[in-house]
Amino acid sequence: PVENKNEAAMSELVPEPRQKPVVPMKPMGINANLLGYIGIDTIIEQMRKKTMKTGFDFNIMVVGQSGLGKSTLVNTLFKSQVSRKSSGWNREEKIPKTVEIKAIGHVIEEGGVKMKLTVIDTPGFGDQINNENCWEPIEKYINEQYEKFLKEEVNIARKKRIPDTRVHCCLYFISPTGHSLRPLDLEFMKHLSKVVNIIPVIAKADTMTLEEKTEFKQRVRKELEVNGIEFYPQKEFDEDLEDKTENDKIRQESMPFAVVGSDKEYQVNGKRVLGRKTPWGIIEVENLTHCEFALLRDFVIRTHLQDLKEVTHNIHYETYRAKRLNDNGGLPPMTVETEENHESNL
Amino acid sequence: MAVAVGRPANDDLRNLSLSGHVGFDSLPDQLVNKSTSQGFCFNILCVGETGIGKSTLMDTLFNTKFESEPATHNEPGVRLKARSYELQESNVRLKLTIVDTVGFGDQINKDDSYKPIVEYIDAQFEAYLQEELKIKRSLFNYHDTRIHACLYFIAPTGHSLKSLDLVTMKKLDSKVNIIPIIAKADTIAKNELHKFKSKIMSELVSNGVQIYQFPTDEETVAEINATMSVHLPFAVVGSTEEVKIGNKMAKARQYPWGVVQVENENHCDFVKLREMLIRVNMEDLREQTHTRHYELYRRCKLEEMGFKDTDPDSKPFSLQETYEAKRNEFLGELQKKEDEMRQMFVMRVKEKEAELKEAEKDLHEKFDHLKRTHQEEKKKVEDKKKELEEELNNFQKKKAAAQLLQSQAQQAGSQQTKKDKDKKKFAKLWDPEFHVKAVMVPGHTFPVLSASPPAAGTTSHSDVP
Repeated sequence: PVENKNEAAMSELVPEPRQKPVVPMKPMGINANLLGYIGIDTIIEQMRKKTMKTGFDFNIMVVGQSGLGKSTLVNTLFKSQVSRKSSGWNREEKIPKTVEIKAIGHVIEEGGVKMKLTVIDTPGFGDQINNENCWEPIEKYINEQYEKFLKEEVNIARKKRIPDTRVHCCLYFISPTGHSLRPLDLEFMKHLSKVVNIIPVIAKADTMTLEEKTEFKQRVRKELEVNGIEFYPQKEFDEDLEDKTENDKIRQESMPFAVVGSDKEYQVNGKRVLGRKTPWGIIEVENLTHCEFALLRDFVIRTHLQDLKEVTHNIHYETYRAKRLNDNGGLPPMTVETEENHESNL
Repeated sequence: MAVAVGRPANDDLRNLSLSGHVGFDSLPDQLVNKSTSQGFCFNILCVGETGIGKSTLMDTLFNTKFESEPATHNEPGVRLKARSYELQESNVRLKLTIVDTVGFGDQINKDDSYKPIVEYIDAQFEAYLQEELKIKRSLFNYHDTRIHACLYFIAPTGHSLKSLDLVTMKKLDSKVNIIPIIAKADTIAKNELHKFKSKIMSELVSNGVQIYQFPTDEETVAEINATMSVHLPFAVVGSTEEVKIGNKMAKARQYPWGVVQVENENHCDFVKLREMLIRVNMEDLREQTHTRHYELYRRCKLEEMGFKDTDPDSKPFSLQETYEAKRNEFLGELQKKEDEMRQMFVMRVKEKEAELKEAEKDLHEKFDHLKRTHQEEKKKVEDKKKELEEELNNFQKKKAAAQLLQSQAQQAGSQQTKKDKDKKKFAKLWDPEFHVKAVMVPGHTFPVLSASPPAAGTTSHSDVP
């Protein structure tokens, strides 16, 4: 083939897929525009159109003891009745004896962007007398989703778009005791931060005063650090200096977000706001002086949604895949789980 | 602990309406921002005869003078030359790779002309596949070298496609997005051009060549793509030189009879090509390459390696089985080879051993033989020595006896005449017994008679032969 021929000094040998980019004769950068508009920057628009057409998947898991306001918060986040409590489940439902995983999917649309949102609830977590290993079903579920994706990926005839059921984000609800984290909290986060993006939130933050809140947050951050728990955004995945400074600020000051959720609207100062009505006032959910819900929402949805998905895909999933293939001696996975036969592709 | 995965109340996905602004409409922006920071890859393959204007067209398309010297027509075969460049426009960084087919169409025998091209395209797919199959992989910052678009340069003969063109395009159409263009279109008159285009398109269709279809599924681009498709193949003219037209400088080719303006849509389809290739469908070209051409390559390659998908339920399992089987087969082969080599080695060792033993035996034999011979000779020498000693003794005795006799004779007959003395001397000398003895021992020279007997132990005979 080609490589065996004697090439002239100036030409390059082929095939050599990786080449050092050669700088063209004319200077690039700003000056490129002076030579005349090519139209390369239209690729942004082209890409945007394509992604809008295909739509997005997003899977969010909520973990925490009963009564911490998980369902309400999720509803507030997505401004619609997305949680299981609102989708036909009975509010007076008994707390299950074991940890259950319940996934509900919805399609929501905004500004031409279609999102298939799946909320995964974990009723029964932390509610038993003996809560040993209650994170295991959750870890198992997460790994099952990676497994599903991996299986699709190793097929010979692959789908054009592999359905993504992997958990992109796990909101962990911390009880607002005001003291410190519970052993269960630490155990859960220790185990799960290795397989999924965990965002710890302090629930029902309206039970703490501002000072209590600040102190509690500091203590929680300290404890997480001491226990080596890397919550999202993980330090090691900061791509560049810009990311790092931005994320450092979030990690060291804002998180964990102390939130309040509500799906009821009230009239405050002539505006309709989401809030909680108490005898001593109305707590406005989206008011930054009242609670940090808006920060959480912006963080998860408006700035880091894509990044959550990418970290899940490029890092957590790859870790799972590498481990799986290594364990199998470099072979793709085997079908072992029989519980696989359910149409959980919502 | 039992895990139950719940089913939604109804199996269909519910469309929910939002009661307020959530903010995920920024998702496309988030996605695009990520891609922008990483940069984009775009790889174009130019297939066409030497001198048809490939490099010039690239220069014109990208408003840059890409460093290259024109190729000669003396290439022994087709080879591919790839060059990469980084272009930037506003905040978009593009890693552009242009692959040229050097020597295409120059050979007398063009049977194998398409092969290096197909090999190159496959090699890029292979590289991507290898990365994808790795255990520790990094696909998100992989420098994608797969060809996204193939511009096929058709010579402006005005008649029809050359057979080389048809053969080459047929070989490439399942591997890459082909966009056929008529090069140096300023050599064809407008009316001829129309006929030429129709002829080409009908030939492509009748030969089953699948060229790239501009996508018409998305409303915003459907219209423009549809109108543009009608003009395929695009008749282009390339030029990096600028000519003053009116009061502006424009890219053009100046002839004595007029000026062909590159960017004038009445003169040629360059603008259409640029629109289609870059400004409208660049992303679609990339996507088609990945989801269609690459997937096809991957599927064929994996099947070639012996993997199969049987049916949806047991898909992964049979893959696993095949993998296992292949692995065991491979290991078995290795083992067999190892055994074979071991056996051969053992055999060789044995042979060598036998050889050496033989040699040893021979040596022993030789040694024995030599020893025997040596002993024989020694014996012979000893015998001879004895004989000689005996002889010597005899001689001594005789000499002693003779001397005694002589002295007696002298005493007794000193009066005897000289004659008698001489006689006796002579008789002594001629003593038959003595003489015979002296001569009859074979191999010995006549002993030197001296007055005194020779010293004991020494002989003056010559050596034993």
